[in-house]
Amino acid sequence: MNDMIKMQYVVPADDFTRAGEASSSVKRKLKLMGVKPEIVRKVAIAMYEGEINMVIHASGGIIDVTVTPDMIEMVLKDRGPGIADIDQAMRAGFSTAPDNIRALGFGAGMGLPNMRKYADELSIESELGVGTTVKMKVNIV
Amino acid sequence: MKIKDIKKILSAKLVIGEEWLEREVHTACGADMMSDVLAFMKDQSVLLTGLCNPQVIRTAEMMDVICIVFVRGKMPDEAMIQMAKEREMALLSTDHRMFSACGRLYEKGLRGGATNR
Repeated sequence: MNDMIKMQYVVPADDFTRAGEASSSVKRKLKLMGVKPEIVRKVAIAMYEGEINMVIHASGGIIDVTVTPDMIEMVLKDRGPGIADIDQAMRAGFSTAPDNIRALGFGAGMGLPNMRKYADELSIESELGVGTTVKMKVNIV
Repeated sequence: MKIKDIKKILSAKLVIGEEWLEREVHTACGADMMSDVLAFMKDQSVLLTGLCNPQVIRTAEMMDVICIVFVRGKMPDEAMIQMAKEREMALLSTDHRMFSACGRLYEKGLRGGATNR
């Protein structure tokens, strides 16, 4: 695995049944590339939480995944409402997800904390009314 | 504990995954909130849940869960069954409620794994 591999996914808006397809695809591809199962799982969970967030809060978006011999980088970009207070959003248990989303098993306020837990690096840039970009890196070595 | 043992202990119906009944389960997790499931990495685990939608299968997939038990008699639909089949998971359905189902498995020696990793 010498070359850099890039993948791009469009996350559709408001389609909760399909939410997670991108993460699922990345997980399968990383497995095929021979990436270690623990690393694959970290990437899959972090990306899945991010993907779910895009569907719940931001009418979908675009995910770019880059795989190098050293790391896997995920950039999740949306044109959603933005996050008013990132520190508050990072707090375990804080959620603005509506009841219909909670009924589906999400909105426990664990999305961003989980992303921080599984990604080796996490950065969030957000502007109200413009959108949010989440960058995550998982180290392979 | 094997998947077939879980089936027996919980008097569960096998929805799909006949070929995986002999697989060994190391740990278990019971939750209706999927992010709670995603918070703790486990190995070769079983997920017990009262939630019944496609995101349960996806969450299980991300965690490498090998068996899902739907409690309170919930039955997954065709789309979920198909997803589970593609992901080589076994699906069980038991009439027991969450607490009783978890209790029965715990009593027979199944554990939740490390509290935080």
